[in-house]
Amino acid sequence: MADDASPIIEVEHLTKRFGRHTAVSDVSFSVARGEIVGLLGPNGAGKSTIMRILSCFMAATSGSVRVAGRDVMGESRAVRRRIGYMPENNPIYTDLRVREYLKFRARLKGLGFRQSRRRADFVIEQCGLAEVTRQMIGTLSKGYRQRVGLADALIHEPELIILDEPTIGLDPHQIRAFRQLIRGLGGAHTVLLSSHILHEVEMTSTRVVILHTGRILVSDTPETLRARMAGGGQVTAEIQAAQPSLEAGLRRLPGLVECELHPLEDGFWQCQLTPRPGVDLRPGLYRLAVDEGWVLRELALRRHSLEDVFVQVTGGVGPEREGWE
Amino acid sequence: MRVWHTLLRRELGGYLLSLTGYVIITAVAFLLGVGFTLVMLAYNGDSLTVPLTELFHSTLFFWLILLVATPVITMRSFAQEHFSGTYETLMTCPVGDAQIVLAKYAAAFVFYVLMWLPLLACLQVVHRQTAGGAPFDWWPAASTGLGILLMGALYLAMGCLASALTRSQIVAAILSFAMGLTLFLLSFAKAGLGARAGWMADAASYLSMVEHMEDFVRGVVDTRRLVFYLSLSGLFLFLSVKVVEARRWK
Repeated sequence: MADDASPIIEVEHLTKRFGRHTAVSDVSFSVARGEIVGLLGPNGAGKSTIMRILSCFMAATSGSVRVAGRDVMGESRAVRRRIGYMPENNPIYTDLRVREYLKFRARLKGLGFRQSRRRADFVIEQCGLAEVTRQMIGTLSKGYRQRVGLADALIHEPELIILDEPTIGLDPHQIRAFRQLIRGLGGAHTVLLSSHILHEVEMTSTRVVILHTGRILVSDTPETLRARMAGGGQVTAEIQAAQPSLEAGLRRLPGLVECELHPLEDGFWQCQLTPRPGVDLRPGLYRLAVDEGWVLRELALRRHSLEDVFVQVTGGVGPEREGWE
Repeated sequence: MRVWHTLLRRELGGYLLSLTGYVIITAVAFLLGVGFTLVMLAYNGDSLTVPLTELFHSTLFFWLILLVATPVITMRSFAQEHFSGTYETLMTCPVGDAQIVLAKYAAAFVFYVLMWLPLLACLQVVHRQTAGGAPFDWWPAASTGLGILLMGALYLAMGCLASALTRSQIVAAILSFAMGLTLFLLSFAKAGLGARAGWMADAASYLSMVEHMEDFVRGVVDTRRLVFYLSLSGLFLFLSVKVVEARRWK
């Protein structure tokens, strides 16, 4: 077995073409043991393709992919034994009961009779499936089904866990529970997960890899990425004033680049203020309101999220909003 | 081997936990019953010199069951997994492609054997109801059984290949039915050739499943037949494994 210091995933110059369409183009990255890495990108960015190649479901067109020091094509079975993979949409047999299914999967992954029972009970506990062990998978709710998928990925104690869009289709409560489960896996396991929801990755991962049209744009920790955007946040203010005086006053505000006004009730205006990079508009705006005698009832700085990072690194060619939850 | 056994149990469970499995068994039992009744009625009229087993295969029921039931049995093996996406979870397990194909094939074969079991009951009924000894010999009955198994082995292998090729169960069933029907109809190619002797007539008779079955019901177990069915089954299974492997390279 490779020593702990060596990266568990090493991808070098990976390219995958489907006919004339290039899904993944010259991608290189590596993942150290114990990391939780989020692959992030809009639909069609190549996340699933990379995961399918890593889990030996399909072959790369060119490039080398190694998991725990083994080539995914040359030593496919050894690699598969080390990976717990949950595909997109979590396909599972619906005509089996939960415990039955997990035992079956454990046996399929090479565990012995006793061990498969022991592990099945363990992951049932770990993934909170205790109350549905005898239920038919087809009758389970989406949240429970997703947990069964995760339990299946964990059952043979793999070194690497690959989860393709693990929280898709879950309600907010289920997402929170699932996120906690995943965060609990870090350290002991290495987790590679994909999502097109920025917030999701930001919450769970220790490192983010942003993909766009089959290429890696950025790879860094969520904190560093947000720090890159430090300062210059948009400010939202709710002010009661006459429109002409408001517009004239705001024009005098130092560092303001753009201003959007939306009328609210009782003569209030919601102002979306975009500053020059590095400028905090709030003190200036407060002083202006006092001088002008405006009533100021809200003043908020919007902190940068990965969404802004994404829009920045893709050069503004961000995906359509609805794709981002 | 252990993994293969686990897979086999799962596949067989797939047949026996679903309604389709029981529908197939019921339909086949019904057809067998009707065929058996017709044979019995033929005996009732006047005394026939033909043995019971020989008469049975000449009814259309045997061929009907072989041609229709085998595509229905095998259509789900791969096509359903492709369709539901479970193919991906299956293929990313540390299991060899050949093991998966063989497990699915073996499960289909075991189910096929289960499906024919009512035939034994038919024989038992005749055996019991005949006064003064058996109305048929056990050896030809056994060789008929062997013939049924061999033909089934080939047809199920064709079905496996058809199912591996597509993600639609209907397409898989139609494809394997077409292959099976073609092979069956070759039996009648000889009649089309007329009295001409020569290699074509030889080939036609080598391929003729009806002739093969005639041998089997008479108790003749010819090694050429064994080689024919076993090698063709092997070929189709080999092709299935290759199709499954090829999916990885798509």
